Amino acid sequence: MAERVAGPEIERLIQLLARLPGLGPRSARRAALHLIRKREELLGPLADALAVARAKIVICSTCGNIDTSDPCNLCRDSRRDGSTLVVVETVADLWALERAGATRGRYHILGGVLSPLDGVGPKDLNLAHLPTRVRDDGVREVILAVNATVDGQTTAHYIVDLLSGLDVKVTRLAHGVPVGGELDYLDEGTLSAALRQRTAV
Amino acid sequence: MDWNDRGLVIGVRRLGETSVILEAMTERHGRHLGVVRGGRSRAMQPTLQLGNSLELIWRARLEEHIGVFAVEADDLRAGRLMASQMALQGLHWLSALLRLLPERDPHARLYAMADALAAHLDNPNVAPELMVRFEMAVLADLGFGLDIASCAVSGSCDELAYVSPKSGRAVGRAAGAPWADRLLPLPAFLSNGVDAGAVSDADVEAGLRLTWHFLRRDLFGPRGLESLVAVREIFAREVRRALENQR
Repeated sequence: MAERVAGPEIERLIQLLARLPGLGPRSARRAALHLIRKREELLGPLADALAVARAKIVICSTCGNIDTSDPCNLCRDSRRDGSTLVVVETVADLWALERAGATRGRYHILGGVLSPLDGVGPKDLNLAHLPTRVRDDGVREVILAVNATVDGQTTAHYIVDLLSGLDVKVTRLAHGVPVGGELDYLDEGTLSAALRQRTAV
Repeated sequence: MDWNDRGLVIGVRRLGETSVILEAMTERHGRHLGVVRGGRSRAMQPTLQLGNSLELIWRARLEEHIGVFAVEADDLRAGRLMASQMALQGLHWLSALLRLLPERDPHARLYAMADALAAHLDNPNVAPELMVRFEMAVLADLGFGLDIASCAVSGSCDELAYVSPKSGRAVGRAAGAPWADRLLPLPAFLSNGVDAGAVSDADVEAGLRLTWHFLRRDLFGPRGLESLVAVREIFAREVRRALENQR
């Protein structure tokens, strides 16, 4: 067995870094070395930021977003359009939509998608108070911004059923040709969806 | 070790950050698992959706290894099926049924039926009948087949109208009449071959009720798979809704 070259504290740091997405043991070792080399400029502030984040992060009880206050910044922002509710799978999807700046509506984060084969049912998702929210907040349109996967669309259909008794328009994102996409390389499913949802120009 | 075969996607599980474990129902090698390297990439994700038909090459150093799949798209039908709630629930249910089969045990007839069913799951005129026939075949392949060739009482092959919920044997209309309320109706398309698409709504309902009784009693109940019951119930509900919308 190879002898340890660093103390247990450094080994622990490397082990934890190796658990981050995109990092393996070797790259974690590099990152740890980099942090140690820049102890004052990087390691200290990073440790402080992590401690503060750990203490302050909460899940928004209204939409399910991650923030340091409850309700979150997006739910408190009075400039946002309360009549539109965008339903997304994860916080990463919310961030992606906010980066695009395509909507000024409010959000509802499901925290996953229905997957009967993996035992993920409606009770495992943030779905219980969605109808109440739609009814009480005066929502006129619910946009289902879930992934175009079998599980994502199963979830979308479930939400359509869930909201069927309410006076609200339910829409979903279009499926089709991505910007820069070449038809020759697209799968048949995307091509046929794009043709079905073609628009007049 | 290597082989190539056609396969139907019935499950995908994450493996690390970039790969997946693909579960496929193959034509000649049964239900088979294998790693797809780069299976989580943007290019591969449309291909690895439930219900898609693929050309597969499986390679492993030893036969007992999980091995690695090289995957090429054959019929990417998932995108089309996503538009239909009935089709989506049907896909989940089809996959749940295929997962009951032992691994690497060839079931060529089940593969052919599953592939045809997956291709037509968004068509309410044929999907329910194909599903009932497929469920019958699953029951038969797992040792719980129904005997609907002749009447259990008279031995006659004519006018079969019921199935005994206990023995799974067919009963003729006359012989079963006194116990009709306790027997399961046998749909006409199972007893005397009705043209595809000409099946009545009542027969669809009877077929779904018939197979569900035995699937739940013999397969899902004993294996503790009650969580999947809801999938079948939603599929049956969506079939009824699709048939109503057609009227």
